[in-house]
Amino acid sequence: MKISVYRFDPDEDESPRMEEMELDLPAGRDLMVLDVLELMKARDPSIAYRRSCREGVCGSDGINMNGRNGLACITPVSEAAPRGKLTLRPLPGLPVVRDLVVDMGQFYRQYEKITPWLVNDTPPPAQERLQTPEDREKLNGLYECILCACCSTACPSFWWNPDKFVGPAGLLQAYRFLADSRDTATAERLAALEDPFSVFRCRGIMNCVSVCPKGLNPTRAIGKIRTMLLSQGI
Amino acid sequence: MALVTNVTSFGRSGLADFVLQRVSAVVLGLYGLCLVGFFATTPNVDHATLVGFLDSLTMKAFTTLAVVALAMHAWIGMWTVGTDYVRRHYFGRGHTVYLATYQVVCLGAIFVYVLWPLSVVWQISGS
Amino acid sequence: MARLPTMEFDGVIVGGGGAGMRAALQLAQSGLKTAVLSKVFPTRSHTVSAQGGIAAAIGSEDPDDDWRWHMYDTVKGSDYIGDQDAIEYMCSVGPEAVYELEHMGMPFTRTEKGRIYQRPFGGHSKGFGKGGQASRACAAEDRTGHALLHTLYQSNLKAGTTFLNEWFAVDLVINQGGAVSGLVALEIETGQVVFVKAKATVLATGGAGRIYATTTNALMNTGDGIGMALRAGMPVQDIEMWQFHPTGIHQAGVLVTEGCRGEGGYLVNKDGERFMERYAPTAKDLAGRDVVARSMIQEIMDGRGAGPDSDHVLLKLDHLGEETILKRLPGITELSKTFAHVNPAQEPIPVVPTCHYMMGGIPTNVHGQVLTQAADGNDAVVGGLYAIGEVACVSVHGANRLGANSLLDLVVFGRAAGIHIEDAMRQGIGHRDPADEDVDNATARLARWNESSEGEAVVELKRELQRIMLVNFNVFRSGDHMRRSIGDLADLRERIARAHLPDKSRVFNTARLEALELDNLLEVAEATAIVAEARTESRGAHARDDYTERDDDNWLCHSLYFAADKSVGKRAVNFAPSTVEAFQPMARTY
Repeated sequence: MKISVYRFDPDEDESPRMEEMELDLPAGRDLMVLDVLELMKARDPSIAYRRSCREGVCGSDGINMNGRNGLACITPVSEAAPRGKLTLRPLPGLPVVRDLVVDMGQFYRQYEKITPWLVNDTPPPAQERLQTPEDREKLNGLYECILCACCSTACPSFWWNPDKFVGPAGLLQAYRFLADSRDTATAERLAALEDPFSVFRCRGIMNCVSVCPKGLNPTRAIGKIRTMLLSQGI
Repeated sequence: MALVTNVTSFGRSGLADFVLQRVSAVVLGLYGLCLVGFFATTPNVDHATLVGFLDSLTMKAFTTLAVVALAMHAWIGMWTVGTDYVRRHYFGRGHTVYLATYQVVCLGAIFVYVLWPLSVVWQISGS
Repeated sequence: MARLPTMEFDGVIVGGGGAGMRAALQLAQSGLKTAVLSKVFPTRSHTVSAQGGIAAAIGSEDPDDDWRWHMYDTVKGSDYIGDQDAIEYMCSVGPEAVYELEHMGMPFTRTEKGRIYQRPFGGHSKGFGKGGQASRACAAEDRTGHALLHTLYQSNLKAGTTFLNEWFAVDLVINQGGAVSGLVALEIETGQVVFVKAKATVLATGGAGRIYATTTNALMNTGDGIGMALRAGMPVQDIEMWQFHPTGIHQAGVLVTEGCRGEGGYLVNKDGERFMERYAPTAKDLAGRDVVARSMIQEIMDGRGAGPDSDHVLLKLDHLGEETILKRLPGITELSKTFAHVNPAQEPIPVVPTCHYMMGGIPTNVHGQVLTQAADGNDAVVGGLYAIGEVACVSVHGANRLGANSLLDLVVFGRAAGIHIEDAMRQGIGHRDPADEDVDNATARLARWNESSEGEAVVELKRELQRIMLVNFNVFRSGDHMRRSIGDLADLRERIARAHLPDKSRVFNTARLEALELDNLLEVAEATAIVAEARTESRGAHARDDYTERDDDNWLCHSLYFAADKSVGKRAVNFAPSTVEAFQPMARTY
């Protein structure tokens, strides 16, 4: 199989380059892209990428495969490269540290900005705080985010304003806490999102929805935040 | 940088911008429909029929409203486009200067596009 | 060597999984200068993969549930070499630890009454084994570990914990008094080597499943904490006890939660027979994991395995109905489709017992303080060093861990270590500052790899190690094979000492990390092999074909392994819980 992979080591290279290679893949199995990376690394240990759980729950190996963001460990090669050539690049829009490894600092800072923890100032009861199954249901499709950054780095608004637009991943979590019946900081959370950038830079392009490896829908969550802001404003 | 973007933001907040953008769009839509209606029901449009169409207080007020809506709509849109694309990444360290210039040009153009139609409309008199 | 740059903290926690972050939270909340040093961003730690639940007798599903029943189940599950004081502590504190997680915002699934949903799990019973199956695993759908880990990370952000993310721990720094005064670590992004000095160093590095060629463990579970402890002269305990999870997806090794069987799924052989009814008439598919794993291998060895090679069995879920599966097991549905190309609502999932959990580890007391053995054979506390979570052996799991007890272990002992360190700091703990040479000692293996100029490749050596372990230290073990493997591993040690790291670059050099991890894998593998061969009995997860029975006369004890002379010793099991009568060893049937 023909593979083209983005290479860059800041100590060695002036600018990034695409390395072309030919790799024999074991027959009879539809490998995941991560398996291909591991085969490449066995041949050339210097190629750098993040990986860990290899089952799509830790969110380490978000990369760009043939132009599309996804997790290497749960993307079959046949799906990533239907025409036979696999092109691997780092997630777009974030500074490259080396090869397929990007600096996620900006992404994490946006996550931290939305107060990503439950706020409830009432003294906790001796047991758990009660929550009806219906209220708990509202967190589905939100709490499952693995912070892989596939969505935010597929979002043009995040490319343009990564320092000011929270981005789909952060906003999904912002709504996860707004939607939690146990959280009491709704007003403060909304006030912090009212500026022209944090939420309102979303243009509904929906790249986030199309690439999310967990099938989540940040655009819908952003819509709900807007509705909450509106109904609070009125 | 933050100062520039906040000061030049038309509304107080993203929410206000968001609402204004949509309200102004509705106004412009209605005004557009009104114009379409006029052109569709008027067989021969010439200067006289146009003057006649616009020469009522209601139409003058509606036109003014539409022009103001257009200005707000345009400014919010152009401001947003500017803060998306006129960035350090493309323009280097002096990008705030470029951004400010761009915004002044936009504001100037919008100013002209407001004054000109309004002066035309309010100079019309049915005598 | 020039003096390394130094960072200083009250407490440094190595590992950002459930245990590490729970301990960090405790310390940060008490105002101590706390750092979590992790080789991955914390939410990528392997806790995230835990699925089914966290066991605690909170009495949501059954108001009569009692932590003492949970304790009994855990002791029985451990095949009686779990320390009863530690198990007592874990089970009695468990509910409080779970409520704390809920208060932090963990999104547990709920019952109609609004309480935390609990599901049945293997080995959990009511009424000291006499009252039938218990529902005790508190669950957030089948993503409990993910929910727990993210919640703990969020709480640590709130508490202001310092995170040293993507830093690799090289080795512990031991001062002249034999106490631990921090560690040498490598910042992955820059390649900078730093001495991280701390009054308390907490190892929370998780497991080492990657000593096996197939495992449910993440690629980074390479036993770094075990490696560091053994090189620093500490012992490891019960390291021969490796849990094989009954339901790893065939070939992929990906975990399918026991919660599937908790929700009513069951295993069938190629004839469609629910074979666990024969092996464990009462608990059936929810017997102890070691029992189920052995039964599955027995079925396969007897020619009743499924598939063209008769090399696996099937986990049947379709009778639960699509709605239940989607509601209770959405993650499993995803994983089965991706890795087994099977929709569990329609077809059974091909599964095989797969290496899952390291019951053994660094011996500690209930406060997480690391213990070694003094010359007189008594326990001695190692100054400045704590271990919690999978890397530790406190020991609550003994020879076989119960499902849903690992997450509980993490939060209970993470919290306990935090509380103990807090107290110790208040009373003022101080160790002698390490000499420069003490710090240099901890950089030795890094220097070795950096100076290597030729030799075998890391990846080949790793593959060989993993193959040796998979073939010879699986669900069933034979004396001959184990003895041969010990020789093979000794050879491998020689070869690894001469292996080559071709890439010496500075920035994000993952080849260097894999070389350093290989050192750790080797330490774990060799310890496992030597102790497994030495324990001449079958107990819990350790099943030998030459010693098929449990031998309480000689082996109702912990094993203790020292790497310096590769010696195996014994340590007494605690049979002295403080509020209940000890549970005496009985024949273990389900």
